[in-house]
Amino acid sequence: MRKVHNKILSIVGNVITVRAKGVTYEELAQVKTSYGVSLAQVIKLEGDIVSLQVFSGSRGISTNDEVRFLGHPMRVSFSPNMVGRIFDGSGQPRDKGPSLAENLIEISGPSVNPAKRIIPQRIVRTNIPMIDVFNSLVVSQKLPIFSVSGEPYNELLARIALQAEVDMIILGGIGLKYDQYMFFKDTLDAGGALGRSIFFVHTAADPIVEGLMVPDLSLAVAEKFALSGKDVLVLLTDMTNFSDALKEIAITMEQVPSNRGYPGDLYSQLAARYEKAVDFQGAGSITVLAVTTMPGDDVTHPVPDNTGYITEGQFYLKGGRIEPFGSLSRLKQQVNDKTRKDHRAIMDGMIQLYAQYKETEEKRAMGFRMSNWDKKLLKYGELFESQMMDLSVNIALESALDKGWEILAQCFKAQETSFKSDLIEEFWPKDITAETENKHA
Amino acid sequence: MSKRTGKVLAIHGNLLLVELDCDIIQNEVGYVLTGQQRLKAEVIRIRGNIASMQVFENTKGLKVGDIVEFSNQMLSVQLGPGLLGRVYDGLQNPLPLLAEKHGFFLPRGIIADGLDLNWRWKFTPKVKAGDKVTKGVPLASVRETLFEHLIMVPFNYEGEYHVEWVKEKGEYAASDKIAAIKDANGKIIELTMVFDWPIKVPIKAYRQRMMPKEAMITKVRIIDTLFPIAKGGTYCIPGPFGAGKTVLQQIISRYAQVDIVIVAACGERAGEVVETLREFPKLIDPRTGKSLMERTIIICNTSSMPVAAREASVYTAATLGEYYRQMGLDVLLLADSTSRWAQAMREVSGRLEEIPGEEAYPAYLESRIAEFYERAGVVELNFKKQGSLTIGGTVSPAGGNFEEPVTQATLKVVGAFHGLSRERANARRFPSIDPLESWSRYKSAISQKMIAKAKKILLKGNEVHQMMKVVGEEGTSIEDFMVYLKKELLDSVYLQQNAFDKVDAATDKERQEYVFAKVVSILEIDFSFERKDQARQSFYELRQMLIDFNYKQRESEDFKKQEAKIDSFLKKD
Repeated sequence: MRKVHNKILSIVGNVITVRAKGVTYEELAQVKTSYGVSLAQVIKLEGDIVSLQVFSGSRGISTNDEVRFLGHPMRVSFSPNMVGRIFDGSGQPRDKGPSLAENLIEISGPSVNPAKRIIPQRIVRTNIPMIDVFNSLVVSQKLPIFSVSGEPYNELLARIALQAEVDMIILGGIGLKYDQYMFFKDTLDAGGALGRSIFFVHTAADPIVEGLMVPDLSLAVAEKFALSGKDVLVLLTDMTNFSDALKEIAITMEQVPSNRGYPGDLYSQLAARYEKAVDFQGAGSITVLAVTTMPGDDVTHPVPDNTGYITEGQFYLKGGRIEPFGSLSRLKQQVNDKTRKDHRAIMDGMIQLYAQYKETEEKRAMGFRMSNWDKKLLKYGELFESQMMDLSVNIALESALDKGWEILAQCFKAQETSFKSDLIEEFWPKDITAETENKHA
Repeated sequence: MSKRTGKVLAIHGNLLLVELDCDIIQNEVGYVLTGQQRLKAEVIRIRGNIASMQVFENTKGLKVGDIVEFSNQMLSVQLGPGLLGRVYDGLQNPLPLLAEKHGFFLPRGIIADGLDLNWRWKFTPKVKAGDKVTKGVPLASVRETLFEHLIMVPFNYEGEYHVEWVKEKGEYAASDKIAAIKDANGKIIELTMVFDWPIKVPIKAYRQRMMPKEAMITKVRIIDTLFPIAKGGTYCIPGPFGAGKTVLQQIISRYAQVDIVIVAACGERAGEVVETLREFPKLIDPRTGKSLMERTIIICNTSSMPVAAREASVYTAATLGEYYRQMGLDVLLLADSTSRWAQAMREVSGRLEEIPGEEAYPAYLESRIAEFYERAGVVELNFKKQGSLTIGGTVSPAGGNFEEPVTQATLKVVGAFHGLSRERANARRFPSIDPLESWSRYKSAISQKMIAKAKKILLKGNEVHQMMKVVGEEGTSIEDFMVYLKKELLDSVYLQQNAFDKVDAATDKERQEYVFAKVVSILEIDFSFERKDQARQSFYELRQMLIDFNYKQRESEDFKKQEAKIDSFLKKD
């Protein structure tokens, strides 16, 4: 029986201090208040003064409330029974199911030995052309969705979760609005994917500190499933909330802020989570998709900026579409030569033309005269945006490539594009002719 | 000798306060005992009988009162034969060995020898009994992959020594005693092939430092021609994420004309190191015909590995680099990224509650960066040979803004600056080194006169380009438009290079001289075009021809054919 301490020395922000001996770093404790019991974690030891961050916040804690140390760090149960269940930020059931206590594993375990990593080589098909064709998602990739608040990023995440060919989905919600949480639950349920999902959800109504544990819980469980041979997709939304929680604790602990109030170790903290993405040779894998909302659409904000240096590219969601220019999958080269031989050509060719369309669009807006070629580009841009970029487009990679050729043929003559002649020979649709040509000729 | 110990007083992140029962050394290594594990830690501050120590591992589960054992040694690496081709973490633990023993993960508190001490080497003595030697002087040599690895008098042996005895030619293990030397007082010291060196102390066993003069060819055209690097010099590559820093470093690590390359992956993505790890053994070094791995050492402390070891990793890399330089070899150290190293310093400084400088970096940031780059240099060794260590570091400035402390501190001390720009990267112009912002203090292997001409066109062409954005093509005179087209031509056919093409990826010095002269001569032609679209059309054709030219193997039939095609095209106009 561990000793109970009932003299809280200080309460600052969500951090309390007590006097205790024999406490270990990052150990968990229970704080019993008149409102209920909360978990707390040791974040600093100084002589016999112990600082703890209280997951449910310090509001309502009395200086004579009980603090009981549990003698172990944060753990989470790992068992097949977790599938289909919903937990909160402390790993307690949020649904009405029983609490799980068997086979406890420690969270935030050691990092993977780089010498054991392999070069990623499997594509994750999502049936979203802007991903599959232009920025393929790869097994073991870590990729954030950069977006402003208000964009349909959670809808996108849910769709990828439903359509991606993975064995398991683990959703980590940090500061998730309640309706968004319900949205995920309903969408995955309707899509029949709830049976292969585990949720760790911290909602915006929950105390902010509790959200800090969500990525670690999700990834620790994902790691175990991956080691047992499952391909796991981890969805984290929204990592900006996670970073803000880190900021709050750092400031409370009187740490010197580095950039816009964020702590100096923000990069390491984010990297420790994202780097859990891995392909275990001979076992399963973890692929991480995370949402990073950018305050004020500012990619130089510390959170997206640090994230960009850690992750293997990003999807840039703007105006309800995945922008081809800000988006990048650093691993796409590993897979897009093995899909279909026109994949890379379509990827490069269509984007180059779209870039030209953008320039023309600018010229048009400034009132310059439109040449025949400009008009073709304008038509192309419109078709590309409505039939490729629009998020409602839901087709397999091969159909998307065919669709690409179709759009091209509707706008241009084959020799006006810069495709290699053997590809044109094989793929250029012969039954479609560019209409604008006839009209303006 | 009784064990020198201390007791943990406080824990905050990876920083410990330790109460001492003994005298200790600044930067001494200690081990925190927790359960069955021994966690390596380094003393970074001493106040009275309390030391601050940074732990190279996760501190989860430590408690106040845990015992710390001191080692009487500063943080060191093992120097000796067998370093080449190895993959280490920031503290010289061989990662493949740990993987063999412990599987997928890097468990806490695991320490392994950096060198295989039982490996037997073919040994040839270079001195005989009675010879006078000083530190850094070779006693013998062994064959290590492609190189003659010198077994030297350890670098901390000040003064003069006489060789007492040395083993004759034969095969010996790295840990065998292979020689003994006698100091002025008659004390005899027995030596093996291996000795330790503290990583934060530069190796200074040389006669003098020299001016870096000779160009180090990287086979990247924009670097060698416009912003060259010298052997023994320093350079930095700052750039926002996605600008291609790492790809550029990888290209340089493959093609740079040096003897040995040390890649320090410091706090970056593990995936990128994996590419190097898996690709290098398969790649053949054109100069030697052997695998690239045989001339490479990889120090790999990726972003999720402990922060304090990240801080140590660049010093480990510099020490290994200096060691091979001491043998008279040309060594290149590539550090990716020095910003992560600086951030590691910032994290520790924050926990030490030091008064912060700009953006919370410690006040000593600049001097640490300067110290690090100062470990580069060309030196004349104590045995009349020259060796060099060149250091190139990438910088990852927050938000891609070069006005931040790490970039600025680095710019003060390096000899060349290759600034990467997001605009160029977005326009898929690789390598995305900005030709207008970058600079180098070293001398290019290409004639200065031609470079000046090219730079003038770049500058003027850029001005015209900026103007054209405002007044449109219609408002630009045909003369100005020609300057713009020439700038674009120079950019696309010479400054840009296709890293994925076998031939174009690496352009040697001779080819650079040849092609650059050709391109500059084209730029000097006074083209006369009536209409702009006509001019543009011609230049597009010319561009395509020159790009194709870049893809042709030099001196091949196709190369000559293509050249003739270009020449005849130019005559036509």
